[in-house]
Amino acid sequence: MEQTYYNPADLNKFGNITELQPEMGKKFFDYYGEVFKEGALTAREKSLIALAVAHAVQCPYCIDAYSTDCLEKGADETQMMEAVHVAAAIKGGAALVHGVQMMNKIKELTM
Amino acid sequence: MALTTKSLNARHHAFSAPEFQLKVLQQGLVQDNKFVSFQDNLATHALYPLKPAGASILQVNLGKMCNQTCKHCHVDAGPDRKEIMTRETMELCLRALAHAPQIQIVDLTGGAPEMNPDFRWFVEELSKLGRQIMVRCNLTIIVANKKYHDLPEFFKKHQVQVVSSLPYFAASRTDAQRGDGVFEKSIAALKLLNEAGYGKKDTGLKLDLVYNPSGAFLPSGQAALEAEFKRRLGNGYGIEFNNLFCITNLPISRYLDYLVESGNYDSYMHKLVSAFNPEAAANVMCRNTISVSWDGYLFDCDFNQMLDLAVASTIKHIRDFNTTTLNEREIVLNQHCYGCTAGAGSSCGGETVK
Repeated sequence: MEQTYYNPADLNKFGNITELQPEMGKKFFDYYGEVFKEGALTAREKSLIALAVAHAVQCPYCIDAYSTDCLEKGADETQMMEAVHVAAAIKGGAALVHGVQMMNKIKELTM
Repeated sequence: MALTTKSLNARHHAFSAPEFQLKVLQQGLVQDNKFVSFQDNLATHALYPLKPAGASILQVNLGKMCNQTCKHCHVDAGPDRKEIMTRETMELCLRALAHAPQIQIVDLTGGAPEMNPDFRWFVEELSKLGRQIMVRCNLTIIVANKKYHDLPEFFKKHQVQVVSSLPYFAASRTDAQRGDGVFEKSIAALKLLNEAGYGKKDTGLKLDLVYNPSGAFLPSGQAALEAEFKRRLGNGYGIEFNNLFCITNLPISRYLDYLVESGNYDSYMHKLVSAFNPEAAANVMCRNTISVSWDGYLFDCDFNQMLDLAVASTIKHIRDFNTTTLNEREIVLNQHCYGCTAGAGSSCGGETVK
């Protein structure tokens, strides 16, 4: 067993997940490939969304992969940081909006 | 990190020696981390030995002198490089071309080719031969000195296709790769080219830009990047151009030095090797190009030229140029060739897989 839970070298082994369940693994990667193709959104826009989600789910593999991918697709540093702020705003907002629930409860319990 | 203005050669750096570069490419930095040989990879796809498809482009390196010292330069060009093609060697190129009508494109590169004192004479003579002339112009040379300010008009007169490096549509990444202030000067030069009609609709004057990444990553999606460059340069600076060519940085010379110094060598090679695309390998530019060095020697490409990997033919010099004999050769390969076969491929004309 590794001494740390995350190893950067494991990112390049992502495809190996098909070894234990080839059919589902293949379906996942086919779907993944389809999702990131140029469509109604450009491949660069999708990469920036992926970068933001990577930060929201705090996946170091995804942050590594999509920082590189955004650079490769020509995104600039400002766009990339703004994407991270979108993730932060939604995560922060998601915490704060529950403050309304807290306020409701306070109202319910207090005179 | 500030860019040095000295070439590897002037600094007597280990990577100024082609044999040292080849040693690193073949043996790797870490003993147990060698990459599958390029030849073996081609053989797996029935592409080895790699043979020419017939030369249609003559790429002439007019010298290593340049007004810039870009961090990724595979030529190790710079103001301190004195190697320059003489008029006698240019005459040999013209004689070779006169006997090779199938070579319709002459691609002039450097260094900054315009700094060669016989550059204009050579273009005029090539123009008389009726060949399509391309010049790999670094843009800043146009505004570097008064004597170069009329280059757009000179190019226009000879219908020269201008191909210019601009690694990004903003100063940050452009200057990091090419030197402080290069972006601003490049924009000024592009405006002068546009004023002369270059890159404008219906003028027939082609202005293409070259994108190569400012860092240890690969280019991706030439069409999408071209659209983004057009949008950003158009909206931001009113600049127009024709095509964007995406070129992968090959791990040689100053770019190899950058990869090793920044700790990115192994991961970059891994990316190149994993992205090997047999379709791109079948379309590599060395199959239709002959590269001539400043002193007249022949190579399969400009990269092989910088690694001193001469053509595997009895014809070694432009004075003996013979396309029939040269077309029979095997193309000389090494690990740096992975740079031209990754993903959608890379050549002096951009992606090779459409």
